[in-house]
Amino acid sequence: MDGLMAKRAALFADPVEWRDLRALGSAVRARALANLPELLEKLEKSCASNGIRVRWAETTEEANEIVHEILKEHGATRVVKGKSMVSEEMRLNDFLEDRGIESLESDLGEYIIQLDGETPSHIIMPAIHKNKQQIAKLFGKKIREAKYTEDVDELTAIARRVLRRKFFEADAGISGVNFAVAETGTLCLVENEGNGRMSTHVPPLHIALMGIEKVVERLEDVPPLYSLLTRSATGQVISTYFNMITGPRGPEEKDGPTEVHLVILDNGRSRIFSDVELSATLRCIRCGACMNHCPVYTRIGGHAYEAVYPGPIGKILTPQTEGVARRHDLLHASSLCGACAEACPVEIPITELLVRLRREATHKEPGSTVLQAGEGRDRLEDAAWALWKAAHRSPALYLLMGFAATRLRRFLPSWLPVLSAWTSVRATPRPARRTLHELARKEKVDGA
Amino acid sequence: MIPVSMSSPDTTSRGRPEAVYFYGTCLVDLFFPEAGLSGIRLLQREGLRVIFPKGQTCCAQPAFNCGYQEEARAVARAQIALFREPFPIVVPSGSCAGMMKRHYPALFEGDPLHAEAEAFAARVFELTQFLTNVLKVKLTDHGEKVRVTWHSSCHALREMGIVMEPRSLLAQLANVELAPLSRERECCGFGGTFAIREPEISAAMVEDKAGDVLATGAPVLLSGDGGCLLNIGGRLAAKGETVRPRHVAEFLWERTK
Repeated sequence: MDGLMAKRAALFADPVEWRDLRALGSAVRARALANLPELLEKLEKSCASNGIRVRWAETTEEANEIVHEILKEHGATRVVKGKSMVSEEMRLNDFLEDRGIESLESDLGEYIIQLDGETPSHIIMPAIHKNKQQIAKLFGKKIREAKYTEDVDELTAIARRVLRRKFFEADAGISGVNFAVAETGTLCLVENEGNGRMSTHVPPLHIALMGIEKVVERLEDVPPLYSLLTRSATGQVISTYFNMITGPRGPEEKDGPTEVHLVILDNGRSRIFSDVELSATLRCIRCGACMNHCPVYTRIGGHAYEAVYPGPIGKILTPQTEGVARRHDLLHASSLCGACAEACPVEIPITELLVRLRREATHKEPGSTVLQAGEGRDRLEDAAWALWKAAHRSPALYLLMGFAATRLRRFLPSWLPVLSAWTSVRATPRPARRTLHELARKEKVDGA
Repeated sequence: MIPVSMSSPDTTSRGRPEAVYFYGTCLVDLFFPEAGLSGIRLLQREGLRVIFPKGQTCCAQPAFNCGYQEEARAVARAQIALFREPFPIVVPSGSCAGMMKRHYPALFEGDPLHAEAEAFAARVFELTQFLTNVLKVKLTDHGEKVRVTWHSSCHALREMGIVMEPRSLLAQLANVELAPLSRERECCGFGGTFAIREPEISAAMVEDKAGDVLATGAPVLLSGDGGCLLNIGGRLAAKGETVRPRHVAEFLWERTK
């Protein structure tokens, strides 16, 4: 990740440009979210007038059913897919495979992990957890025509040959959406491999999937977000491909799908939208910079989170969609260092939202719309904080504890449950001989 | 890349006060009292009256960060009550200063104490920030030649915007050579309760940080935050390393007194 961080930093070398572009990007996203219901209606109308058929899904089950229905209507049994995190939320590949439909990932990283039966470990680089030897072995085992090689170019060429054939055979293409422009009914798709264009352009049917938060108001809103996205995600000034899809093949046109569908998924997003502070979560443009900069993510990898979205953004998103009590673990897998929020191109205050959600998990506040608010309450932890409060709001008790700790400094029992977690890799902490309170009093500092 | 410092203008626009409060913090109180006393002496040497209110305990960050708002508020309220005069409040910790400066106003949102919490927050300064930007101290080094490395706490860096202040103080010491850490903006893995709740991840982080410290070859590790010092120092000691973790206040005082 160090190389990627350096590439990104080089593209945001001018702090004033970074500040301004970031402020613009987050303002664009905040404005879109402030008018979300209206913009979604507008998007539906604009898409309809472009010939894109819009369907709404509240849950991932509904979204899967809709996709299946459309495919069935067309007798489609072979699908190629561009990269889409919404489809990962839906576990669409499994759903379709269970119904006898081949659903093949065409993004190289996604293709690799699909071959190995895995889920993405990063939202931009889904196979980042694999090295070339592992991929070479996988290809040698799973792709019949492939000869074993550890040459990266040759491995890429093997995947390309397989996928090229699949694009032409496919009955339908499924893709995600990076930005959906309400005013013009344009679906923007950012990619580097050309597989997104092939998936959305070659098969006769295209189904695009997006979360409700992906909408922006106007076409002018796209350039700042696009620029922030590619620079933050991969350290590129611009991606190799940028697709703007504005409807199916026209009567005079010789290529493109004959039908384009757009499935818009909620899956808990409107619940997040209903809270002013937490709705900042929905500003996310899925660049993955928070993961690349996170000292936790870079050490444990994406799969450890056991969630569709790993890393810092996943830590605030997943507890909101799956429940703050159920995913209490994610909320505390952070040192609150703030590297994520610092790198976020749309200024999502990730650490502040983590703290807010920690509070929601243990205390149900009046009017809270957070899923499972207050259900993560733990009596032992309540008792610990009650004790902490008693000891720290009373100077006399606090001073007494300090006195005792300094006098008994050699006798701190390192087997205490809390302390043993600390001393597993660290020397046992020893209090000083005298507290600052005592030293200051002895030195006759004013007030002491 | 060093970003533009986010130090708020109020750290430079104020005149020189006649008196300051010193907020020791619970970690300095118990583990680094000499650093606290050194901080007081550095301020006194500049001709300031330093007041150390006796009843002070903890800034309440642990409870606040864990979601125990009511408990945090009770403790924070007790602190605010001890600092009523309009003097600056100087804190030998970027993390505790960040809590009081950045989070107290939000903690008392909708509470009768909100205005007072805001006024309190506006008076909070981290020690190196106060020495550099407000007092513009001049230091003369009386110590031997030494190589040191510097670790900034994440909250000093990102909540208080402190980047250059400790460096410029160390740069005034003629016999001190600063060997920068690689990945110097990365967290050491302390994170308060994080180190206890996620011990394996915290251990992996502090192991890397300890490795970076050792790679500098410096026999002294300086920081402005007790939490980081306990964490990195604790790991270094467990490895049998002799690198000495020291609070920057103690180091500055010792070399310039």
